[in-house]
Amino acid sequence: MSNDLLIVENLQKFFVTSRGTVRAVDDVSFTVKEGETLGIVGESGSGKSTVAYTIIGLHAPTGGRVTFDGKDMSTGISKRPRSLKRLLQIVFQDPGTSLNPRRTIEQILSLPLQVHGVGTRRGRRNSVIELLKRVELPANYLFKSPHALGGGERQMVAIARALATDPRLMILDEPTSALDVSIQAKIINMLCGFQDDMNLTYLFITHDLSLMRNVASRVAIMYLGKVYELASTDEFFERPLQPYTKMLLSSIPVVLPEEEAVKPPLIVSEGEIPSPVNVPPGCAFHTRCPEMHEDCDADEPRLVEVKEGHFVRCHKCAAPIVAESAAAGKE
Amino acid sequence: MSDHVLRIADLHVEFKVFEGRLKVLNGIYMDVGPGARVGLVGEAGCGKTTMMRCILGILQSPPGKITNGTILFHDQNILKMSQANLQRMRGGGISMIFQDPVAALNPVFTVGDQLTSVIRYAATKKMDKKQIRRRAIKALGDVQLPDPDRMFASYPVQLSGGMRQRVCIAMALATEPKLMIADEPTTALDVTIQAQVLRLLNALVEERSTSVIFITHSLGVVKEMADWVYVMYAGNIVEGATKEILFERPLHPYTRGLLGALPKLTGGGMAEGIPGRIPDYLNPPTGCRFNPRCSRAMQMCSGDRPGLSEVGPDHRVACYLYGGDANVE
Repeated sequence: MSNDLLIVENLQKFFVTSRGTVRAVDDVSFTVKEGETLGIVGESGSGKSTVAYTIIGLHAPTGGRVTFDGKDMSTGISKRPRSLKRLLQIVFQDPGTSLNPRRTIEQILSLPLQVHGVGTRRGRRNSVIELLKRVELPANYLFKSPHALGGGERQMVAIARALATDPRLMILDEPTSALDVSIQAKIINMLCGFQDDMNLTYLFITHDLSLMRNVASRVAIMYLGKVYELASTDEFFERPLQPYTKMLLSSIPVVLPEEEAVKPPLIVSEGEIPSPVNVPPGCAFHTRCPEMHEDCDADEPRLVEVKEGHFVRCHKCAAPIVAESAAAGKE
Repeated sequence: MSDHVLRIADLHVEFKVFEGRLKVLNGIYMDVGPGARVGLVGEAGCGKTTMMRCILGILQSPPGKITNGTILFHDQNILKMSQANLQRMRGGGISMIFQDPVAALNPVFTVGDQLTSVIRYAATKKMDKKQIRRRAIKALGDVQLPDPDRMFASYPVQLSGGMRQRVCIAMALATEPKLMIADEPTTALDVTIQAQVLRLLNALVEERSTSVIFITHSLGVVKEMADWVYVMYAGNIVEGATKEILFERPLHPYTRGLLGALPKLTGGGMAEGIPGRIPDYLNPPTGCRFNPRCSRAMQMCSGDRPGLSEVGPDHRVACYLYGGDANVE
C-alpha cells in the first residue's frame, strides 16, 4: 500500500547470553500508516521496547526487514544515511536519564540542529526558543540544566529535542509512565496537537491500556516477543478475541462504573510470565491460558486475519480460519 | 482503649536544607480503625513516604524534623517512644511492604534467613529453631508461593518480581501485625501480576483483620484495595471519604482534577490535566497549598489554611468552597 510509512516484516532480534539465547523479538510484522498512531502494548519482557530500538537503529535486527518510506532500513544506525535518521526520532521513558545532566537546555536542543545542519549558526538560538515555545516552556529555560526542571518539563524538553529535526515518524517509548497523571494528560494532549499540526506518525509504546484507548488508532499486543492480536482501537477494546488480551483488559484497575462495564468478564490471572530465554513451545501463552486445549502446547498458532484488519494468534479463536488457510496453502 | 489503631493529628515535618526549611508535612490528620483498609493517594512529592517514615519512626533526622503533632498507635505516642519500644513496635505491631521488592530483600541471604530473622525479632515468647522454621514455611505457603520448602532455601535473585513481592508480603504478615503499611506494593509489577498480588493481599488482610494503609498514586488500585480513601496534596490531606463517596461525589478541586486527568477505558480522548506543578516546599503558597493551581480559587484561599471539615457523613474536605456546609452541590 502506498500510504504505509513504516513496514516491519518478520522482524527478529535475539540476544545471546551465557544462559541461552533471548528471543526478545521473534517474527514481528506490522505496518504503520502515515499520520496514524500505532500502539504497542505488552508486559515487561514482551519485547515492545526492543521493537522500538530495532526500528530506530539502536540494535541491528537479527532477521527480517524494516522499510521506512520505501527505503530499506534493516541495518544498524551507523549504516543509515543521515538524511533518513533525521526523519525518525524517539522519546524515551525516563527524561531523568535521557537528557545529559551536564548540558544546558540550549545545548541539548541545538545539538540535533547542528548535526542535521538545520538553519544557520546565528539563527540557532531563535530556533531553540521557538522549540521551547512549542512545548510551552519559557525562553529563560535556555540556560537551565535538566536537574532544575520537574519531571514533566524534562519530558517536554525531550519531546522538543525529537521535534527539532522535523521528523515524520516518532517513537514514543512509554513517554508518560514515569510521570504523574495530571502531567500525563497535559503531555498527551500536546503530543496529539503536534500530530495534527505536523502530520506526524507515532509508534506509541506503553503498558497502560487505558491510555492506549485514548491515543492509538490501532493497537498491537505483544507477549514474549510476538504479536498476539492487532486490531483497530475500537475493535480491540470492544471485541477482543485472544485470551491474553481479555486477561489483560480484565485485570486493569479502573475507577468509573462505566469503565467496569466495558471490561470483558474477569479472567483470573494465574501463573508467571515465562522467561524469554525459555519460551514455552507451541503457543507461548498456553501455560497461563484458561482456554487451553491439546494443540496449544505443540503447534504454534499463526497470526491470522479473522476480520478485515483484525489479526489474532490463537488456535481456538482463529481455528476455523487457520484450517481454511492451511488447506489453501497445501494446494 | 480507643477504637483507633492509628491516629495522626496535626503532624508537621520540616527538612533543613542549605536554603532554609522545607515544610513538607503541613498538619496531617488521619484515623485508621481496627480492620480498616485505608488508601492514601497522592502524586510524587506530596509527602506520602515522609508520613509513612514518621509512623515507623524511621524519619532520617537530621535533616528531617517533626516540629509538631502526635501519632498514636493504640493510644501510645510513637513520637515519644524509646528506641527499644519502637523496635518492638516495628516488629510485631506495625509492618511494612515496600515498593521495590528488589531493594527490600537482601541479595546475599536466602529468603528463609530473612524471614526467620523477622519472626525471631518480633516473637513475644521464646521460640526454638524448629518452631520458627515451621512458622516461616507456613507464611510462605499463605502467600501462595509454590513449594515453600524450596522457596525457603532460595536467594531473591532466583525469584521473579511477583514472587519476591509475595516474599515481602509473607515477611510483613508473618509476625501478625496490627497495622500493615503497603507503600506502592504493586507499582513495579505487570498488570496481570498486579491483579494477582492485590487479590492475595485482600484475602490475607481480611482473614487476619489486619488494618492496612495502602499508599499509592493509582486511583484504580485504591478502588480495589481500600474502604476509606485519603487524598493528599503537598503535605496536606485535602479530602477523606469512604471509597463510594470519593469516587461518586468527589468535592475538592484537586481530587476532581486527579480523577478527570485519568485516561478512561471507555475512550473519548484525553481530559485536561491540572495546570502548574507541585509547589516549592521552601516557600509554599500561603493558605490552601492548591490555590495557585485551582480554577475555583477565591481571595480567602490564600489567607488561612482551610481545615478538614465534615461535609457529610463519612466525608471530610479541606476547602473553603464547602466549608461547613454539607449541602453544597
